[in-house]
Amino acid sequence: MSAGTGSPAGPGGGGLGPVASVEAVFREERGRLLAALARRFGDLDLAEEVTSEAIEAALERWPVDGVPPKPGAWLMTTARRRAVDRLRRDQAYAARLAILQIEAERAGPAPAAGLDDDLPDERLQLFFTCSHPALAAEDRTALTLRCLAGLTMSEVARAFLVPSPTMAKRITRAKKKIREARIPFRAPDVDELPQRLPGVLQVIYSIFTEGYAASEGPLLQRLDLAEEAIRLARILRRLLPAEREVAGLLALMLLVHARRDARTGPGGEPVLLEEQDRGRWERPMIEEGAALATVALTGGPPGPYGVQAAIAALHDEAADVAATDWAQIVALYDVLLALTPSPVVALNRAAAVAMRDGPRAGLALLDELAGEPLLRGHHPYPAARADLLHRLGRHAEAAAAYREALALAGTAPDRALLRRRLREVEHAGS
Amino acid sequence: MKYMMLIMANTADDSGQAPGCTPEDWMAYDKEVRDAGIWVSGESLADLVTATTVRVGADGERTVTDGPFAETRELLGGFYVIDVPDLDAALDWAARCPGARDGSVVVRPVADFGV
Repeated sequence: MSAGTGSPAGPGGGGLGPVASVEAVFREERGRLLAALARRFGDLDLAEEVTSEAIEAALERWPVDGVPPKPGAWLMTTARRRAVDRLRRDQAYAARLAILQIEAERAGPAPAAGLDDDLPDERLQLFFTCSHPALAAEDRTALTLRCLAGLTMSEVARAFLVPSPTMAKRITRAKKKIREARIPFRAPDVDELPQRLPGVLQVIYSIFTEGYAASEGPLLQRLDLAEEAIRLARILRRLLPAEREVAGLLALMLLVHARRDARTGPGGEPVLLEEQDRGRWERPMIEEGAALATVALTGGPPGPYGVQAAIAALHDEAADVAATDWAQIVALYDVLLALTPSPVVALNRAAAVAMRDGPRAGLALLDELAGEPLLRGHHPYPAARADLLHRLGRHAEAAAAYREALALAGTAPDRALLRRRLREVEHAGS
Repeated sequence: MKYMMLIMANTADDSGQAPGCTPEDWMAYDKEVRDAGIWVSGESLADLVTATTVRVGADGERTVTDGPFAETRELLGGFYVIDVPDLDAALDWAARCPGARDGSVVVRPVADFGV
């Protein structure tokens, strides 16, 4: 198994550690095989079992016999044979699956396999099954990481900072619901898509945000989770090339991820946007993200991910904070607020207004949000107030607000930054 | 695959009728379910004041009490059992049920013991 298991990583790195498991070698194929087999047999457990067996067989045979001319088809055939063997051994299981199959036919025929590929790509169906609204939100994320990102159970457990047996139990429960409540392996129809796609995007984005700002623990960023999310979004973008919000989500994540090296200081502490060394932002990733943001905002009304990507692009393309187009950013936040009214968006908008019109205007907007239940316990709210109070020279009030934020912040690096800011206002005030 | 749709009504209205939907809505829905060929069974339950609860203790003694009364926010007003291919189909039927508009509809697969 992985030598990196549980080892503490340096600033901004690590988390899942180097992946050296057997399944990791075939991560891409694993997701495809699993999706195709789950659809064929209507059973995720059986699909997982025979997918693993086929990959193990490949690792055993290919170094000896050479890689077959159609590796995907080889894996698929091997997995199907194993499944048939399994069903011969277990007649009751087979009978149940046979009923499932008949029912699945009633639900509609399976789509034709990709023509220029020796392994059909049915991962879209699996994306929708794993992020089905009938599953608990955290189960959707765990299943997506396990089935589509191809993470091992212990990797998924580490991603959620829970022990492996806990995660195994959770995934087993989710699979039981898929099987027994019969959540289908199917992609929604075109008219259903607008209702279901946001759920899939939400799962991917939650993986990203957990990687981007781990909600607890010593590490501020768990970049490998962010990279998993980007990888998943790239797969989804290939599967749904016409969906602009998929492009928007991928754009947003690339535009934020491009700043990763500048986001943490040498001690792992967060570096705020205005203090980041923009020379360390990854330009090619920004260019890719900006191009995708344009795709997301062209040819129809904008969606929330596209708008957020546009905001991120304006930050990424500015030489510094002063040169940032704050007027445009405020305008985009207005659009975002109309699309997804939320006090968190209003908080970000207020911070942008403070940059455009000065701290007093921003503070007035922040104070209007004081009663919002969603901002209670959300440390960025008192932290944003503290920053503006600081800029207005109201040091005692700023210090109080920093203390309030400190009491709420979850990660050690966040608390370290807030303590530094608190010391600054205390010195300025004395 | 059989699913039971438990139609949970808000307790606010003692007529047992969700304010948002009329008897005609229910009749139309019932007809739709039957015409689609998915109807297995279904009943509307009489008013809650008619309910009686029975418990048998460890000593075999029977306790009969009036009620329960509407202490919970939502109570079971009726049910359907439908036979559809999968959960998505069941959820679609639940969403179309008039009871989902004011109260809620709980969808539960019927256990299959392979007999």
